[in-house]
Amino acid sequence: MDFSVVNKMLFEGSIGQEGGFLHNIELFAVTLLAALPLGLIIAFGSMSKFKPLKLFTKSIVWIIRGTPLMLQLFIVFYGPGLVFGTPLFVGAEGRMKAAAVAFIINYACYFSEIYRGGIESIPKGQYEAGQVLGMTKAQTFFRVVLLQVIKNIVAPMSNEFMTLIKDTSLARVIAVVDIIMVAESFSAKGIIWPLFYTGLYFLIFCGALTIIFNKIEKKLSYFKS
Amino acid sequence: MAILEVKDLTKSFGKTEVLKGISLSLEEGQVMSVIGSSGSGKTTLLRCINFLETADSGLITVDGDVIFDGNDKKKRKAKETREKQLKIGLVFQQFNLFPQYNVLDNVTLAVKLKAKDRPDYKQNRKQILKEIDEKALRILDDMGLSEKINNYPCELSGGQQQRVSIARAMALEPKILFFDEPTSALDPELTGEILRVIRELAAKKMTMVIVTHEMTFAKEVSDYIVFMDDGVIAEEGKAEDVINNPKTERLQAFLSKISD
Repeated sequence: MDFSVVNKMLFEGSIGQEGGFLHNIELFAVTLLAALPLGLIIAFGSMSKFKPLKLFTKSIVWIIRGTPLMLQLFIVFYGPGLVFGTPLFVGAEGRMKAAAVAFIINYACYFSEIYRGGIESIPKGQYEAGQVLGMTKAQTFFRVVLLQVIKNIVAPMSNEFMTLIKDTSLARVIAVVDIIMVAESFSAKGIIWPLFYTGLYFLIFCGALTIIFNKIEKKLSYFKS
Repeated sequence: MAILEVKDLTKSFGKTEVLKGISLSLEEGQVMSVIGSSGSGKTTLLRCINFLETADSGLITVDGDVIFDGNDKKKRKAKETREKQLKIGLVFQQFNLFPQYNVLDNVTLAVKLKAKDRPDYKQNRKQILKEIDEKALRILDDMGLSEKINNYPCELSGGQQQRVSIARAMALEPKILFFDEPTSALDPELTGEILRVIRELAAKKMTMVIVTHEMTFAKEVSDYIVFMDDGVIAEEGKAEDVINNPKTERLQAFLSKISD
């Protein structure tokens, strides 16, 4: 089979098997878009002074981080059907939605812990300085604390981003057509190299992420916390 | 009339009584030093006056305005607290500068945020911001920092950082400026420059309250010295009297320990 044909199919799938690496990228982008803000909300919940909320949030984070993402994919996809009698996620689009829900919840919990660490590492004196200078709590957070938090979490975040793009392949357990699933359809026909070749896609993607994160890190290196 | 008046201030952390009824008053333009061994409650006193801790009971008045009343249990609005907060300034032991801002922005940030509340802010925005910058530059010049305005805190020595934090507090034009052991985090050879700045402020009749371990400096720069011991004011009086002729045994013991 022609290399460029295989390459095209790995990237965007084929008729009857739409998807490929585009699905990996879609899942990556959708997860980040929703999980980055959701993670911040969870982080504030787990730092709350209101004990029940704190306990509730921490339990959720414990459960999500303590069980395999693959299992969570199954639960999100099959769960609604078992509980309500009719499946919530139907067809290729439904499978993608189910995968997105599972990924968003899972990654938001991991992000929340990164945010929490970043926020708690800011010395109390920064908040006190904001207060004695007559700044509001919101001003102190957005004008003083936030950029220091971002600087602190760049490195752990870059780790999570890289894990995420590779994790997107897991969605194939609920039959979301991703690049590895396409590649496997080739090996079923006796052509094995496309399966190994998919690694290159992930390598290049992670390489680009590394470059972007290095740039951010460099941009924030002008000050020390 | 006294510009600062504190009456029967008490504060406990759990079962530990840190302030056991502190009363003091300070006239405008005067400098008061608060001395005492660590654990005597002097930093807690400072933090209570500056709203960083809430005292349990007592009364604090600044410039005729009650900023804390232990009998008034209803919660004050955040905005009101901020306005009262701005009557007093605080210089921290650990500077607490904002690392991501350069020297000039550290000094102007809070002033510029506060200026947004002015009714004429929208029309005169440029003019107002320009005036704030100019004033900050004058203050920084007084502190001998005009060459460092574009530097970031991590590029400065401890003494320079502390001078920036004094400038930052001064930019808000507080009625009283408090110092929490302003030289304790500095190398000995750097304490001189901070003491010089404080001396200059005293000469300009800035009202100041200084918590310090620098006995000779306290004696030289202050009008009044308060010696705290175990949560109470054990002795107070004119600076020379307190240092040269301590009356209580506790102060005598403290001073002889310091001079060793």
